[in-house]
Amino acid sequence: MKRIYTLEDACIGCHLCEVACITEHSLSKDPVKAFLHEQARPISRCTVEEADGGIISLSTTCRHCDEPDCLRACISGAIQKNDQGVVRIDTEQCVGCWSCVMACPYGAVQRNTAKKKANKCDLCPDRKGPACVDACPNRALVYKEGIQ
Amino acid sequence: MNYVIIGNSVAAVGAVRAIRDVDQDGNITVISRERHVAYGRPLISYLLGGLISEKRMAYLPEDFYDKHRINLLLNSEVVGVDSKKRQVKLAAGDTVAYDRLLIATGGDPFVPPIEGLAGKEKIFTFTTWDDAAKLKAIAHDIEHAVVIGGGLIGLKAAEGLHLLGKKVTIVELADRILSAAFDRPAGRIVAKKMKLNGIDVITEETVVKIEGDGSAISGVVLKSGDYLPCDTVIVAIGVRPAASFLKGSGIGVNRGVVVDGCMETSMKGVFAAGDVAEARDFFSDTKNPLPIWPDAYIQGDIAGTAMAGKQKEYAGGLSMNSIEFFKVSTISMGVTNPQNPAEFEILTYQDLESYSYRKIVVKDNRLVGAVLVGNVERAGIFAGLIREQIEVTPFKEHLLAPGFGIIHLPKELRSALFSPIGKAA
Repeated sequence: MKRIYTLEDACIGCHLCEVACITEHSLSKDPVKAFLHEQARPISRCTVEEADGGIISLSTTCRHCDEPDCLRACISGAIQKNDQGVVRIDTEQCVGCWSCVMACPYGAVQRNTAKKKANKCDLCPDRKGPACVDACPNRALVYKEGIQ
Repeated sequence: MNYVIIGNSVAAVGAVRAIRDVDQDGNITVISRERHVAYGRPLISYLLGGLISEKRMAYLPEDFYDKHRINLLLNSEVVGVDSKKRQVKLAAGDTVAYDRLLIATGGDPFVPPIEGLAGKEKIFTFTTWDDAAKLKAIAHDIEHAVVIGGGLIGLKAAEGLHLLGKKVTIVELADRILSAAFDRPAGRIVAKKMKLNGIDVITEETVVKIEGDGSAISGVVLKSGDYLPCDTVIVAIGVRPAASFLKGSGIGVNRGVVVDGCMETSMKGVFAAGDVAEARDFFSDTKNPLPIWPDAYIQGDIAGTAMAGKQKEYAGGLSMNSIEFFKVSTISMGVTNPQNPAEFEILTYQDLESYSYRKIVVKDNRLVGAVLVGNVERAGIFAGLIREQIEVTPFKEHLLAPGFGIIHLPKELRSALFSPIGKAA
């Protein structure tokens, strides 16, 4: 299946992947409107991490594992892997127990504490490709066929 | 090939998926003594407390049993296994033949003999949907409940009853609640929060007698002689592997059903997984029953794979719990409370005012355990470091930092996890 990979040396730490992710998962799909007017503003499903004052950075996101630890830990059945291999959280079903946060070795499940719902990359079902990859100005994110 | 699975919870589900990954044709029969299709068992406290509806109890997509072509027998209790004839006996009298059998019956709540317990009406255990439903049905008749046992089940029952506005007192034998998962500071932080919210927690105590006339409860007497008035008692001391029906089957049972690295029991063709199984520990060669949800899924997956003729090796049971009470999140995993601390390196950070606590347990430069209270973000990275036995020396100084992440790992490890190199399909 196609997955999102990170070329760490190309990451400039601009966080545009996070902005694109929040925008894509907002109601308005507009960054400014989402920021200013949406009370239930989403949180980013990718995480830009920085160290040494930003000299090194990389964007981390869900691996859509073949044997997802998050799915195995999920007590409500909210996390399922579809026939294409995409691992998604059914937000309605999620009870916010954070078992997936406990289990994911990539640190790729976020807590939306305001909504008490877990949150993770869904590979942008409403688009051709993930918004983070399209937004990356230095092509540090690539979306291609590959293994976990 | 006839696959028979006794039990219909998470270990069974892991096994079904694993079998169907390998074998699309074999017959799978799942037998459950409960009347429900697979449900999120840990959600029963949410159901009791009214946080979720019955509809959300469903653990699986509606089409799961059809899609995986499962012959599902609900309301059917298995009373024996004849391993010579390769068949299981049902309470109703009929038998089901198997080529491969999985025992995934989970645990039975343990109810010790307490003076005055027999004949009392409002005594409950709390491990099934029906337990929660029974409690909910008489909730209008509960004013004050005493919960015996401050483990996960007891705390969840207490939380559910508290949400219904009931007065709840937890009586725990150890010096802290959740003694299996937590160390002392973490147990105290959570106990403090519970007390502030009106749940009484009494530690280093136990109920020795239940008092009342006829079937009604008027109170309990503690070991110290103290008396607690109450009308309902929840017994939540623990669960024991539900393996009593295997008596005479020749299948080896110690505390649980003893299994090897493929989850196979002492009887060829018979497997066990989940709370009923006694499998190898992650850190040692000892075998223990480990009633942990994610581990039950993993064991089910390994058993199912082996039943269908392929092989995966169990890495050993790693205890982990994610528990949230009154908005204080906690995640703990692995060795949290070493018996002989001199052999371990223990790093801690605490700020009790803000209910924050972090403990990292290292042995031989490998992470073996973690307790996180408050900020539990990305806790799974620790689980990964434990499982993969990564040497933590190069980044040990960052382990306690709230922002600890992938970036602190060595570059080759980061690349192995996230870069596309060498990962073309």
